[in-house]
Amino acid sequence: MNKKVENKSKFRETVTYQAILLGASTLVATTLLSFGNLVTKDEIALRIEEDLKASISQVVPDTLYDNDLLASTITEENSEGESVLVYQATRNNAVTAVIFEVSENGYSGEIRSIIAIGPDGRILGVRILSHSETPGLGDKIEVQKDDWVLGFDGLSINNPSRSGWSVRKDGGEFDQFTGATITPRAVVKSIRSGLEFFEEKKQELLHVNTESQQ
Amino acid sequence: MSINYKENAREGLWTNNIVFAQLLALCPLLAVTGTATNGLGMGIATVVVLVLSNATVSLFRNLITPEVRIPDFVLIIATVVTLVDMAMNAWMHELYKVLGLFIPLIVTNCAILGRAEAFASKNAVAPSIFDGLMMGLGFTFVLVILGASREVLGNGTLFANASILLGSGFSFLETTLIQDYRGFLLFALPSGGFIALGFILAGKRMLDKWLENRSAAKVFVANLSTAKSKS
Repeated sequence: MNKKVENKSKFRETVTYQAILLGASTLVATTLLSFGNLVTKDEIALRIEEDLKASISQVVPDTLYDNDLLASTITEENSEGESVLVYQATRNNAVTAVIFEVSENGYSGEIRSIIAIGPDGRILGVRILSHSETPGLGDKIEVQKDDWVLGFDGLSINNPSRSGWSVRKDGGEFDQFTGATITPRAVVKSIRSGLEFFEEKKQELLHVNTESQQ
Repeated sequence: MSINYKENAREGLWTNNIVFAQLLALCPLLAVTGTATNGLGMGIATVVVLVLSNATVSLFRNLITPEVRIPDFVLIIATVVTLVDMAMNAWMHELYKVLGLFIPLIVTNCAILGRAEAFASKNAVAPSIFDGLMMGLGFTFVLVILGASREVLGNGTLFANASILLGSGFSFLETTLIQDYRGFLLFALPSGGFIALGFILAGKRMLDKWLENRSAAKVFVANLSTAKSKS
């Protein structure tokens, strides 16, 4: 018995044991993580879609459209060559709003926002979809925490003028937060680029593609 | 090894508190304690991870050799944090939208590695879970205290947005202590966190000293009376 224990503890001290131990624990960890990913993947995708639906209904009132929004999409390239998925809200086969995502790097990582623009080029609404800004400082861009993001409603690319489309610190017309300039600067920039994208692709975006309505 | 649960609880909550005594986990501590609600959210997430990681480390403590324990503990903690992150995203999505911000920060919390090393690797599963719970609660306590003091000084409010974290039933917690407060930016920034933490630590020392003096006086009086009765 004693000898067995001794042998065992001797083996534990070898590099082989430690290599096997590390290898095995990495294997177990990887298996667990892949399994976790498999189990939660669909559920997370579903939640993200629900969030998207909820966000869309915040920026576009239900009365503005009579089509299936999530099925009416077109894809257009923006000035940077990235393809943007655009949701078209239509009523009686006329586009009443286009909704798409814009993103920009904030203080820590990407800030994704959703923006709805009416056919006249005016912003119907903006909401932040996801961000990882500093809690208590940069997270005032969330509508639950501050009204700031509502300030974009009704604005367009020429109102305020192009030079006004930045935060006050940069000579623009939008308030920054106490302690956070980079976050609102990024959001303003992403919305401006969204408006520029709309101006550039107005024709395509406002064209009702009847095929995608099926 | 038998374990004194009462002593363990006292250690986690006060005498060997992660922040008060060990001065660990200052990175997540100072980063999120701008408001009391954020502190509470971070605290809850840390308790969950600490309990799970302590349990796992304790379960495998006889397999893990001292030479490779650190990478193994780190691996366990990172796995637990990622699994908690994914599970919350999938099944507790409303809560995730609030706490999700804090969960990746937990990996940077050296206190969790500290408890794995100092306690869970030497004790059975049940005491390790208890230790994780107590240490986590002690951490949550400091997070809320620090968050609350910074929030009051920085914004004039207390528990702002608590209803997003805890549900609308807790909206009564949200109070504005100072009306039309113009804000004191320093305390909303991490540097203000350091200052506030310094005052809280000093206050804790003073309280300890006072308690010590009081009990010393008691012992003195007790000794005096026994000495009297002997003579």
